[in-house]
Amino acid sequence: MTKIGVFVCWCGSNIAATVDVDAVSEAIKAAPGVVFATNYQYMCSEGGQAAIRSAVAEHGLTGVVVCSCSPRMHEATFRKAAAGAGVNPYMVEIANIREQCSWIHKDKAEATAKAIALARAAVAKLNLDRPLTAPETPVTKRALVIGGGIAGIQTALDVADAGYEVDVVEKSPTIGGKMAMLDKTFPTLDCAACILTPKMVDAAAHEKITLYTYSEVEKVSGFVGNFTVDIKKRARSVSVDRCTGCGVCSEKCPSKRAKSEFDQGLRERSAIYIPFAQAIPNVPVIDRDTCLKFQTGKCGLCEKVCPSHAVDYSQEDEVITKQYGAIVAATGFKPIGLERFDEYAYSRSPDVVTSLEFERLCNAAGPTKGHLVRPSDGKEPKTVVFVQCVGSREASGIGAMKGKPYCSKICCMYTAKHAMLLREKYPDSEAYVFYIDVRTPGKNFDEFYRRAAEEYGVHYIKGMVGKVCDEGNGRLTVRASDLIENRQLLIDADMVVLAAAVEPDPSARALATLLTASMDTNDFFTEAHPKLRPVESPTAGVFLSGMCQGPKDIPDTVAQAGAAAAKVIGLLSKDRLVGNPCVASCDETLCNGCSACERVCPYGAISYETKTVVDRGAKDERRVASVNEALCQGCGACTVTCPSGAMDLRGFTGRQIMAEVDAICR
Amino acid sequence: MRVDNDDILRSSGTDVRKCMKCGKCSGACPSFDEMDFPPHIFVSMVERGDAAALLSSKSLWTCMSCFACVERCPRGVEPANVIEAVRASAMSPQGANRMRPEDVPVFLGAAGECLVPQQLLASAFRKYSR
Ligand SMILES: Cc1cc2nc3c(=O)[nH]c(=O)nc-3n(C[C@H](O)[C@H](O)[C@H](O)COP(=O)(O)OP(=O)(O)OC[C@H]3O[C@@H](n4cnc5c(N)ncnc54)[C@H](O)[C@@H]3O)c2cc1C
Ligand code: SF4
Ligand code: SF4
Ligand code: SF4
Ligand code: SF4
Repeated sequence: MTKIGVFVCWCGSNIAATVDVDAVSEAIKAAPGVVFATNYQYMCSEGGQAAIRSAVAEHGLTGVVVCSCSPRMHEATFRKAAAGAGVNPYMVEIANIREQCSWIHKDKAEATAKAIALARAAVAKLNLDRPLTAPETPVTKRALVIGGGIAGIQTALDVADAGYEVDVVEKSPTIGGKMAMLDKTFPTLDCAACILTPKMVDAAAHEKITLYTYSEVEKVSGFVGNFTVDIKKRARSVSVDRCTGCGVCSEKCPSKRAKSEFDQGLRERSAIYIPFAQAIPNVPVIDRDTCLKFQTGKCGLCEKVCPSHAVDYSQEDEVITKQYGAIVAATGFKPIGLERFDEYAYSRSPDVVTSLEFERLCNAAGPTKGHLVRPSDGKEPKTVVFVQCVGSREASGIGAMKGKPYCSKICCMYTAKHAMLLREKYPDSEAYVFYIDVRTPGKNFDEFYRRAAEEYGVHYIKGMVGKVCDEGNGRLTVRASDLIENRQLLIDADMVVLAAAVEPDPSARALATLLTASMDTNDFFTEAHPKLRPVESPTAGVFLSGMCQGPKDIPDTVAQAGAAAAKVIGLLSKDRLVGNPCVASCDETLCNGCSACERVCPYGAISYETKTVVDRGAKDERRVASVNEALCQGCGACTVTCPSGAMDLRGFTGRQIMAEVDAICR
Repeated sequence: MRVDNDDILRSSGTDVRKCMKCGKCSGACPSFDEMDFPPHIFVSMVERGDAAALLSSKSLWTCMSCFACVERCPRGVEPANVIEAVRASAMSPQGANRMRPEDVPVFLGAAGECLVPQQLLASAFRKYSR
């Protein structure tokens, strides 16, 4: 018989204000198996844990019930405290009398009665608990980083510098991400390429880092410490080993009508192309959709002109399979499409551009070689209107929800940057920034924004642009409100720059499904705890780096990338991982081999084997289910599916659940 | 004339607390220069419970019910519906005689002489035909 101690937590006034904790600890003394019960102000504190230890010593407890907050908060804390006192950690049960009781009820008498019922249920379950031992598994000492932007690059470099192997899978032909497209960067206005390309080169040259560009993750199986991943390397049609990056092929390629992805469609590129001069690897890919050889069978010019015989039309997609101990999602973001924002004339006028297009128009390596001109006629703009919050901070309603409900966080700052760049290039130009709020928390950020207004003479106007009209004669009329002066403005502009909201990369959702990692309603990866575990996904062994977790600028991205690396290093530095013993197990004498559980298991943890089963003295050859305990996550799907009641979850058996229900319904 | 702010909130069918005071409605409004209270201020005043002050507002009759503000508002506030709710209140104040269906032809008047402001008919038409 289990000797049970019950500890009722006040949680300060969180519980004690609504639940009579004295009454609970008094009433529970009558429950079967309970030999000791008390209450305490903060069970999770050192004092509370000491109370558990001394009660175990004094009363010889073999099981502990803590009536407190959700087990998600402190189950681990109390298991550890019990283990420290010599009680098996799986002989600890939590009765959640905070989230499931005090926080949601007002009436003290009712809440107290419910808390007692919940405590009884926990005691009833604990009476049927058996000591469990957590299994141990080895750790594969290699990490996979998905996404090769600044986030992925930084995480990879940090993990590799600690001595572990890292593979980076990047879907585009080069690493670098959005940062490679930027001109100068706030808040220091240093050139993006100057600080990014050395890191790209470091990553490529690092002996511990392997880059898989133009590649995607296709399949993920396994679990923390032991993931197996299929990576699809798309056919580049050019041999990475032979190509010297001379660029003759792109020059000679007759198909030059595709829009350059890297230059945001502001320039056309050839079918065989290197996205930008500092691309890594500096090896072209053939875009088979626009290549004449692939589309019509004629051409083949690049193969002929390549001095290194690197072009290879017969290359095929290749799938490689590798093992990893940890996976980092670093899939970044993209600006939202603005097709639905008719009011800004984005689809109608080439001189209405997104901020990312504006970066390319300022960039010395961009389509205009850094000469900032209007896309329509190549003239230098004199009056430029910048609109912040385009598609950010929206709520649902008639005209709304073309965009996103959140603040995109980076646009206030980069808009200030853009306005300064304009004023620096053309001192006689006028820059108008329309804002709802200027949000500049961050080191040296507000100073940066003030510099735009005070030193660069940028006109900041509180209000939104209501409409942009393309007048057809190269002029844009901007109708906007000035809320401070309560007037409506009509501005005759040469260019309009829209600070489009950001959104997660569209491939992230499918990836999250592969990784069984959770996402929020906006498709940003969810962190395990919003404050205390910001770089871990709730799925063990999956970590988050950069914009894929939420809007971030480069300083935040790099900080988070380093934090994710630290978590990965912490994991890979372990030789063995302690797993979860609360997994499914099959009673082979009851199993009828129907395969129902195999079909329902989301982790592929169940297989069948033919075994000699001893059933009531008789030996029998049977096909029975067997659980791979390393793969089983203890979700319980099989236990409710099994028609014969053969499947049970250790620590959560059918009998235990029924005992809880009985205790509550008594 | 009296007006109950809660009635306005109810009959406009929109949540003015969602307004983030961005001014996009007023940036879009083609009647802005004819208004004493432009749409964002209209919304703001109803939000703080001051609809009564709007009953004699010029904006009630200079708003063209073009619904540009409704289309553009990023928060789904529908300023034109707030204006219309106040307008309807001004037309049928509490305690006063209400318009009965039989009266409608009277208000429309003989050919060519519409007795109620056109905005009311136009916006009522847009609202109820949606
Ligand atoms: C117009 C503009 C100006 C900016 N200016 C500044 C500035 O001045 N200063 C500043 O600090 N920040 C600035 N930023 C923000 C900065 O760009 C981001 O903070 C940074 O790029 C985030 O890096 P990331 O690696 O998380 O994402 P990304 O740069 O988006 O990189 C993600 C990478 O992952 C790849 N990827 C995506 N999905 C997959 C997949 N399923 N499989 C494999 N690979 C995948 C993508 O191809 C990409 O290479 C600006 C942003 C914009 C839009
Ligand atoms: S494929 Fe050949 S021609 Fe093209 S860049 Fe490489 S080496 Fe030069
Ligand atoms: S960062 Fe600034 S511009 Fe961007 S959504 Fe937030 S408030 Fe708007
Ligand atoms: S509906 Fe009225 S307030 Fe709204 S934009 Fe049109 S005229 Fe202005
Ligand atoms: S557009 Fe909408 S959110 Fe903005 S001020 Fe007008 S009513 Fe408020």
